[in-house]
Amino acid sequence: MITRRDLLKVAGAAAAAGAAPSARVDGAEAPLSLPNLDRNGTEHPDVSSGVADVQQAGSREPLLALTADEHDLLTAIVGRLIPADAGGPGAVEAGAVTYIDRALAGPLSGSREAYRRGLAALERYARSSRGGSFRELAPTDQDSLLIDVETGAATGSGAGFDGSSAVFFALLRAHTWQGTFGDPYYGGNRNFVGWDLIGYPGVRLAVTPDDQRLGQLPPRLRRSAYDNDQFHRA
Amino acid sequence: MSQTLAPTDVVIVGLGAAGGIAALPLAEAGLEVVGLEAGTRLTRRDFAPDEIRNNIRDWPQAVQKANHEVPTQRPNANAPTTRAASHPMMNGVGGTTLHYWAQSWRLNPWDFTVASETVRRYGRSRLPGGTTVEDWPFGYDELEPYYDKVEWETGVAGRAGNIKGTLDPQGNVFEGPRQRDYPMPPLRGTGFTDLMAAAARGLGWKPFAGPAQINSRTYQDRSPCMYHGFCNRGGCHVDAKNGTSVTTIPRAEKTGRFRVVTRAHVTTIDVDARGRATAVRYVTDGQEFVQPARVILLAAYVYENVRLLLLSRSRAFPKGLSNNHGQVGRHYLSHAQTGSVTALFPFNLNTWYGLPAQGTAVDDFADDNFDHAPLDFIGGGNLWVYSDRRPIGAANMPTFGRAPAWGSAWKAFVREHADRVNTAYLQKTTLPYESNYLDLDPEVKDPLGFPVIRITADYQENERRLNTFIQDRMEQWYRAAGAVQVQRNPLGTMGPTTHAYGGTRMGDNPETNVVNRWGFSHEVPNLGLLGGSVMGTSGARNPTLTLQALAWRTADHLVKNWKSVAD
Repeated sequence: MITRRDLLKVAGAAAAAGAAPSARVDGAEAPLSLPNLDRNGTEHPDVSSGVADVQQAGSREPLLALTADEHDLLTAIVGRLIPADAGGPGAVEAGAVTYIDRALAGPLSGSREAYRRGLAALERYARSSRGGSFRELAPTDQDSLLIDVETGAATGSGAGFDGSSAVFFALLRAHTWQGTFGDPYYGGNRNFVGWDLIGYPGVRLAVTPDDQRLGQLPPRLRRSAYDNDQFHRA
Repeated sequence: MSQTLAPTDVVIVGLGAAGGIAALPLAEAGLEVVGLEAGTRLTRRDFAPDEIRNNIRDWPQAVQKANHEVPTQRPNANAPTTRAASHPMMNGVGGTTLHYWAQSWRLNPWDFTVASETVRRYGRSRLPGGTTVEDWPFGYDELEPYYDKVEWETGVAGRAGNIKGTLDPQGNVFEGPRQRDYPMPPLRGTGFTDLMAAAARGLGWKPFAGPAQINSRTYQDRSPCMYHGFCNRGGCHVDAKNGTSVTTIPRAEKTGRFRVVTRAHVTTIDVDARGRATAVRYVTDGQEFVQPARVILLAAYVYENVRLLLLSRSRAFPKGLSNNHGQVGRHYLSHAQTGSVTALFPFNLNTWYGLPAQGTAVDDFADDNFDHAPLDFIGGGNLWVYSDRRPIGAANMPTFGRAPAWGSAWKAFVREHADRVNTAYLQKTTLPYESNYLDLDPEVKDPLGFPVIRITADYQENERRLNTFIQDRMEQWYRAAGAVQVQRNPLGTMGPTTHAYGGTRMGDNPETNVVNRWGFSHEVPNLGLLGGSVMGTSGARNPTLTLQALAWRTADHLVKNWKSVAD
């Protein structure tokens, strides 16, 4: 059986050996470098606490990678990227931060340092440019600050972004979208709020001709890929 | 200390689209065959409908040998090199046929005679400067029986447009004549693809359902397609996608004469004093093995075929195996698959499900199906629209200047438009040029210390003009179907791709080609090359069926000429 600790060791060794390619421009993570294991009959690390678990929004799970301060800052940021509003719940309610925290302790461990430095730089930038902690700023100020980060305008501020602040923003956005619209198996898209937002009718293993007609959508199904026992877990 | 294994008749390096095909006719003919595959076996239980794993984390490609060997790239010999984060192909029994789109086209007859037909129809001046394009050593008719063989042995769904010269407008009337229909009817249409087909007919074009190596009904006791939407970079959960891992490979194994060796990391090919290939060296878990064979077939994708030849230096072949004419790595091209067009519609399309092979094609502007006399390029493009979308991809849709990329305004936009966007797949002719080639990177190495491939390639004027022309046609088609806004996506660079060609080109002239018309090296008679690396032109469509037909043909030649090739 492969434990999560083994997984992390392998990933860490690969990163140390320079085998793990760097993050892509689009913010998608570097592929995890694992040895070729025969997947037949092997057990797979369960990095999920269970898809069926429906966590209460706002309650804090034990953090796997982020510090408490990082978690709170990240929560405030993703709450502006996909806010809860009249149009329904957003990234916070979807559990995007839980997704990111788990991923940073596993497949996205190569991005852990980028988060540490990027979040610290963003907070320093908030204090130097807006006169206060990001979490205490008014939403409009938070948004204008995030636009600075997104466009790269925060880069030369002395806040300490690695390269362009736009690179860190792209990473944040990509992971927030994964955590909001990805399979709930990975800790985000809680209560399927992401799929409801875009009208995705859900994972089906068989799709009928009627399901593909114009003018009518099939009924929404709410289940994870791994609610089907037929698949090896990721 | 290396371990030398018992000799075998044939060793195949790489069990993907090409090697997985060749194994069957060889084993059925009574030859003892060993297949060396860098990856492992995957089954339907590995193919969960999981966008994060398949499309975001690039699984199963991410855990593969190939990912440690990503080629470097540069647009020309004076530019600095860059390197992509991941390799587009995967290792595994079945190779990239596990997660490919399975569009299964025959090349157009014109693609075999690009040079002579261009000169004949438009004059020599119309061949773009710097191109090294040659006619294939044979025409479409020579490959037709092998196309037919692969279509029926693996299972291809489609609608014939030309059976022995009789045209059927329900199929592709521009295709070359075929001896009989496909073994299965095409994958079904959807509301959206039907809408697009009607719009194309309204423009006077000839739309049709494209061919797919996917079951539209039960075939060879395997399930029909479930259209569930996760086989774009994922495998099939019901074995309806007819990759070699569920078709030719298991049948070859049943003969008892085909042995699959997984996790075999091939490094070099040995030669003797006569310059004949004698054995393949591979490494598994740090242990080196030597597999002697009388005939060696390289089927390890374009980049790795070229790399293995260039890495196999000897006294007889100081510049790399089969490279005494300096042709290994030359005549490289990669399909202009990029330069797509994305459209926004004012109504929902219901394209949440389906697969990239479930679509509508237009070939009116492909190959030489239209008059190029008044135009400033040769070749053409296949227009392809299909039903395929997953939620993270949907939420990353372009906003067409109508909303920012995040925040409440974005959320309102995507809530309304997530099911109103579609992107066409536009494959265009790419020609080989003197300035586009593969060689070994002087600095970047894989974990074993071997150099990776360096791609030096860029699209030329012919490809850029053609791209604009095809994007114009696609915009016209989308607008005819009701699109209110259209976005043209960039052609980009020629980095590592699933549609790579050349590097060991096939042709009668050993001065300009690595392999002869049968796929065997001009310089090393018992060394065969399988895959897109032998193809000298790309056509305007996916390469898999063509390289599979070529692989079957090479295997057939070997069976019929065993003594002269092997001794």
